[in-house]
Amino acid sequence: MNWRRFLLIGTPYFWLLAFFLVPFGIVLRLALSDAAIAIPPYTPVLDLSEGWRGLRDMVAAWDFENFQWLLDDDLYYIAYLSSLKIAALSTLLTLLVAFPLAYGMARAPEHWRPALMMAVILPFWSSFLIRVYAWIGILSNEGYLNNTLIALGFIESPIRMLNTDFAVYIGIVYTYLPFAVLPIYATLDKLDTSLLEAAEDLGCSRISAFWLIVLPLSRPGLIAGGFLVFIPVVGEFIIPSILGGPDTLMIGRVLWDEFFSNRDWPVASAVAIVLLLLLIIPIVLFQRAQERVREAEQ
Amino acid sequence: MMGRFTWFNATSLTLGFAFLYIPILLLVVYSFNESRLVTVWGGWSTKWYGEVLRDEQFLDAAWVTLRVAFVSSTMATALGTLAALALVRAGRFSGRTLFSGMIYAPLVMPEVITGLSLLLLFIALDVNRGLGTIIIAHTTFSMCFVSVVVSSRLVSFDRSLEEAAMDLGATQAQTFRLVTLPIIAPAVISGWLLAFTLSLDDLVIASFTAGPSATTLPMKIFSSVRLGVSPEINALSTMLIGIVTVGVLSASIVSKRSAQRRAAQERAARAAGQ
Repeated sequence: MNWRRFLLIGTPYFWLLAFFLVPFGIVLRLALSDAAIAIPPYTPVLDLSEGWRGLRDMVAAWDFENFQWLLDDDLYYIAYLSSLKIAALSTLLTLLVAFPLAYGMARAPEHWRPALMMAVILPFWSSFLIRVYAWIGILSNEGYLNNTLIALGFIESPIRMLNTDFAVYIGIVYTYLPFAVLPIYATLDKLDTSLLEAAEDLGCSRISAFWLIVLPLSRPGLIAGGFLVFIPVVGEFIIPSILGGPDTLMIGRVLWDEFFSNRDWPVASAVAIVLLLLLIIPIVLFQRAQERVREAEQ
Repeated sequence: MMGRFTWFNATSLTLGFAFLYIPILLLVVYSFNESRLVTVWGGWSTKWYGEVLRDEQFLDAAWVTLRVAFVSSTMATALGTLAALALVRAGRFSGRTLFSGMIYAPLVMPEVITGLSLLLLFIALDVNRGLGTIIIAHTTFSMCFVSVVVSSRLVSFDRSLEEAAMDLGATQAQTFRLVTLPIIAPAVISGWLLAFTLSLDDLVIASFTAGPSATTLPMKIFSSVRLGVSPEINALSTMLIGIVTVGVLSASIVSKRSAQRRAAQERAARAAGQ
């Protein structure tokens, strides 16, 4: 192996080993340790001066106590389930909003499309935090929405919308919409309209042509968009902590509080490990779906 | 796909884009509101912009954020491009599966886990947390995005161009500099832009890896947002949105122009060859 090839592969390789794999190993190690009132706040610590015996002592003191703790305390169990529920429901809602938008884009006159694409991508580049923040002004009790509804005489006193699960759903659909629109648009754009014409010539109504042709053929885009929303939303922290209420339990927020407020590092690490285990299934399914699309294209 | 553009399509486009843009527009309009009561209109004013630009804490945070974003996106572009070349061009090497796993895993890793694991590493190594640790964290996750962008360009381009250059006597290094690099340059630049905006925007990973000495703009915004809406944050957000919009639009215009110029040159070259 020549030195140039070694540098090419070695530099990014060692960077990722040092700053991705090793830290991950530390999380795993900590998840098996016990919390302690000390600095660092966990035991056992690796005592290098003891050599092999230090390592052996550390490994011997590891146990699954933290994971047992996660099982015993309802909080974690409920938070995991509620993250999955919120992620699944908001993915569905995002797809429902994204599909008509992508469909309209794919049917728009050709010379509009670059501008429409740009209009979908632009919010994606601007700050996530600011886009979530924008909804506080709309949904709060003195917000634009309540003010408008009161002014129009629909309601007399403000409806509580901010700091509820409702606000969390809106925030997720709003911020993740571009992730769903783009893959759906990509599949709809490739759809052969002569299929629709043929169906209509053969007496199929436009609505049933949509159900029988457009929807099945846009499945790869819907699946890709769905995973692109679902996977990051499960671990979402910003949206539930800004728009959600005290009873909006999401696991990203639990992990944050466990670490920063309770300072229980071993439990926070165990929460992280379980979150990752939950995500492995959708990630593998997503990879498989992407491979199938790639094979179909070849 | 073409076909009739119906009233249904027009309505869904209008509603969809209204949903995407009305919250941002409200934010922008109300940043010019005279009143401190954010949601009650009290006349036009630019005073909140003055307040933000005089606020030392915001300016310090903005300066920290810009330095972190600039350094980390540059490092991420270098490392990510190397990683893409290693994955697409280097053929087989031992540990390749682990390598490609480490490139793709950070893309789907929840930010809270990336942040937590890096913080634990920095504590284990007993390094002082601050600007440097945020830069390392941002470099690590954005290099993966850069490598995905660059490798998709590397996969799709015509290798016979490189072979032609080598046949004509160019060395490996010359071929890379004169043929490969110019061809992948647009992908490298968009990778850099992506890394830069990812770093500007990041709250979670920065909160874990920043020590008490460094506060980034998103961290500052987040801590004041927890207290509710404020006209200063509206003004600051409008400035950030304005900068990003101008940046993205001009980048897309420049890349469109250069694509047109390249197409024209190719046509001219073909015409001259005939």
